[in-house]
Amino acid sequence: MSTLAETVTPEPLHLGRIRWIGFKTVVLREYQRIIRIWTQTILPSAVSQGLYFAIFGSLLGGRIGPMGGFGYMQYMAPGLIMMAVNINSYSNVVSSFYGAKFGKHVEELLVSPLPGWLIVSGYVTGGLVRGVLVGIAVTGVSLLFTHIHVQHPLIMVGAALLASIIFSLGGFLNALFAQNFDQVNIIPTFVLQPLYWFGGIFYSVPLLPHWARPISYLNPVLYMVNAFRYGFLGVSDVNIGAAFAIMVGAAVALFVAAILLMERGAGIRE
Amino acid sequence: MNALSVRALTKTYKNGVQALKGIDLEVERGDFFALLGPNGAGKTTLIGIVTSLVTKTGGEARVFGYDIDRELEAAKACIGVVPQELNFNMFESPETIVVNQAGFYGIPRPEARRRAERYLKQLQLWDKRDKAARGLSGGMKRRLMIARALMHEPRLLILDEPTAGVDIEVRRSMWDFLREINRQGTTIILTTHYLEEAETLCRNIAIIDGGRIVERDRMSTLLLRLHTETFVLNASAPLAAAPRLDGYPVRLTDDHTLEVDVSKEQNLNDVFGRLSQLGIQVVSMRNKVNRLEEIFMRLVDKGVAA
Repeated sequence: MSTLAETVTPEPLHLGRIRWIGFKTVVLREYQRIIRIWTQTILPSAVSQGLYFAIFGSLLGGRIGPMGGFGYMQYMAPGLIMMAVNINSYSNVVSSFYGAKFGKHVEELLVSPLPGWLIVSGYVTGGLVRGVLVGIAVTGVSLLFTHIHVQHPLIMVGAALLASIIFSLGGFLNALFAQNFDQVNIIPTFVLQPLYWFGGIFYSVPLLPHWARPISYLNPVLYMVNAFRYGFLGVSDVNIGAAFAIMVGAAVALFVAAILLMERGAGIRE
Repeated sequence: MNALSVRALTKTYKNGVQALKGIDLEVERGDFFALLGPNGAGKTTLIGIVTSLVTKTGGEARVFGYDIDRELEAAKACIGVVPQELNFNMFESPETIVVNQAGFYGIPRPEARRRAERYLKQLQLWDKRDKAARGLSGGMKRRLMIARALMHEPRLLILDEPTAGVDIEVRRSMWDFLREINRQGTTIILTTHYLEEAETLCRNIAIIDGGRIVERDRMSTLLLRLHTETFVLNASAPLAAAPRLDGYPVRLTDDHTLEVDVSKEQNLNDVFGRLSQLGIQVVSMRNKVNRLEEIFMRLVDKGVAA
């Protein structure tokens, strides 16, 4: 056998640098995608939430009267912003990662030296970016209809970021298991939408019949919406400490699950 | 240290198909290595395991000494892969695709842009750098995958059918490019169905069939094993019948064309001398089939028979 040798001396491997630049690249690619198709990623939520404000706030809200000590429109606004942030975080990750699976370009990442936890983190940060951009857009729309005061900015920001991370991770898990586009849409339609409608966006829990209140407290979205609302208005149907504990616990559990499934190659490796 | 070392590698898929049945393989660094085999032989599974797209069932694999079980990140940093199927985002531009790929390997953006310009120009894609990749021709898409695989300047480049569906002119220019990359020190493993391609480019070869390596040798040594070759000769004037050449089986396939079987112990000068004596002038000649193809078919057929 011939004696062969490399003429180029390879550079030493700096895994830390590879990971950091790799992470930034995943996030930047997600950002580029969000901006490239902004009419699909940013605009629809601004329009649909504007319709919520117009119909439920302006037309019907006047007849409903105050809630939690605030006008109905003001009471509803934080929940609608939170709903837009979360749904967009979820759908960004599920559509982007499943699209990459479907188009096979997820292999670009799988053959790269980036570890599974970093790929998960990159996609989740992408979901977070879209959630924040949509949140800003929807907040802008809500200002056309009502005044918004922020009582506790750190709680407001913390609740939004945690909820966005949770929904991004949910979207990632959905994408891992999805075998077709139908399975991408099932969870948002049949699970997330009901959780939101019964998650305290449009009403305060004490307005519910007695038998429904304990069931309502099993809904994780209730804690996200109320923590976020507390950041704006200073009122909540749940204990804020408990709400943050639940959100942190859910984020950690989902992150660990996503990493373990990535390492096992569930849904992406043969 | 070898570019690739594989020991007792096995893979059984969930459906029970045993794609690899204990593969042992070593590829020297700097080599241009052909990995051949019929469809379903296990080539893509082997590449999939090395690049971590497929989870192995047993055995071990090392890339430049990095064990894929214990040092997967370091092993993968050494590899560039051009898969059989197109696997880039068709909605992104070639420049975006290659720059992002460099980022996944830790190449800073300014350097990635410089490399993108270099490789996209070398592979004649620079004019299309801003267009959506879905608008590229088949040959351009193949070249884009090569450019993408080179962005982090890998020490080991794995090409799985890189010229499938590419016209001959583009294929030849890709050969020149790959030769140059190999000359600069990159180890290349090539799988291809164009055996002329493997014979032209590769120094060493392994043939895989039914999940096992059935042959592993230097290309030149393997070709020497071919005992008999068939040459197609074109005569200047029409022939009424096949001429009699003692010791050489001859067939007339049409009135201007002869097929002559020549064994290793015989020589073509003798054939030409005898034809001249018979007044037959030969104007051109070629091998009936590619030499490697003939050996390949024998080895694979033997495997099937076994």
